Amino acid sequence: MKFVDEFRDAAAVKEMVAAIHAAVTRPWTIMEVCGGQTHAIMKFGIDELLPPGLNLLHGPGCPVCVTPVELIDKATQIAARPGVIFCSFGDMLRVPGTGQDLFHVKANGGDIRIVYSPMDALKMARENPAREIVFFAVGFETTAPANAMAVYQAKQSGIMNFSVLVAQVLVPPALEAVLSSPENQVQAFLAAGHVCTVMGVEAYRPIADKYRVPIVVTGFEPLDILQGISMCVQQLETGRAEVENQYRRVVRPRGNTVAQALIGKVFRVIPRKWRGFGEIPQSGFGLTAEYAPYDAESKFGVAAYSAGEDGECISGQVLRGVRKPHECPAFGARCTPEHPLGATMVSSEGACAAYYRYRRHARG
Amino acid sequence: MLRTGRVSFGGIVKEANLSCVPEAKVGDYVLVHVGFAISVVDEAEAEQTLGYLRQMGQLTDGPEGGGERE
Repeated sequence: MKFVDEFRDAAAVKEMVAAIHAAVTRPWTIMEVCGGQTHAIMKFGIDELLPPGLNLLHGPGCPVCVTPVELIDKATQIAARPGVIFCSFGDMLRVPGTGQDLFHVKANGGDIRIVYSPMDALKMARENPAREIVFFAVGFETTAPANAMAVYQAKQSGIMNFSVLVAQVLVPPALEAVLSSPENQVQAFLAAGHVCTVMGVEAYRPIADKYRVPIVVTGFEPLDILQGISMCVQQLETGRAEVENQYRRVVRPRGNTVAQALIGKVFRVIPRKWRGFGEIPQSGFGLTAEYAPYDAESKFGVAAYSAGEDGECISGQVLRGVRKPHECPAFGARCTPEHPLGATMVSSEGACAAYYRYRRHARG
Repeated sequence: MLRTGRVSFGGIVKEANLSCVPEAKVGDYVLVHVGFAISVVDEAEAEQTLGYLRQMGQLTDGPEGGGERE
């Protein structure tokens, strides 16, 4: 496929790996922010091509993973109601809540549908006027335009049997949470290319300046990731801390301004709870007052519910880049994608799922 | 606000919402997320990145020839 195959070219990968080896003079730790990048790194074995001492940490950029257990519980509570059709991306169904997951609710008779796009949920609302359609609006900035459009269109068309359970989060405040933690080891970031496609790169400059970290907006193919790593290494080795854009074929410096305008109509920035981090100020989206009637939390009276993270699962530490998945005693034994203890083992973007899929046979 | 288009994902054709990419035209490569195109791939920038990679040495094929060697 054009613009995919050439960014997987084996000879070019070798050249890039050689360039990284030649540039590195001491150990460095780089965090790839996006779960899609984590999976690409594991799938193509990119981490194993790097010089010893050049360490990749896996960041909090998996939307399913960072959604707190409290919101999963709210989802199960709403989905169990008679008259509700609860729509979600498939990944969310197996994420454990405090008591049960959405699959349990479905098995017990809840009407839960897996959809590909929030617009599919809106279509369902049009076709089922006697039912309440709720969409689990999970995602980072990348997903915000689609979720905003579904709500915007619902209002435009006067559809009132549609609402969204919003779990929209933002990357830059999470990077600050990682960097300001006393346990932080990250010295540079591969920033998430598709998040920046929507929002642009400007929000990262103050972070690069304040914390003196290189931030390289990076794509998702092997050559993209290696080039991103190479650009980070060059900055680290020369003492620079700048925002650079490796993924120029997709990311414009100001992002997608049409999408931003749409987001700005429907959403406002609010504090949000994250799995593994707790509440981070100004780290997510909630609906603006104008669109408040589409807020499923108020519509179904679950806004006040709260719950904390529990027990054995170390996904919080994995999401903060403090521990790696295989360091968990439950990994691959008591915790598998079929029977996950936590969200990072469930999601197609979760770090634990990536290690389980690509690395569980490699480790002794 | 509801312009849509047919997008081929390596051969699988799906409808995608084009309201966030008013500049997209037939034949363009677009990046699609949950049914929404969020960017038109800039072919000139892609070529420039590949050109930079080619300068490093071995990538001598044209943009559609990648992946054939090894």
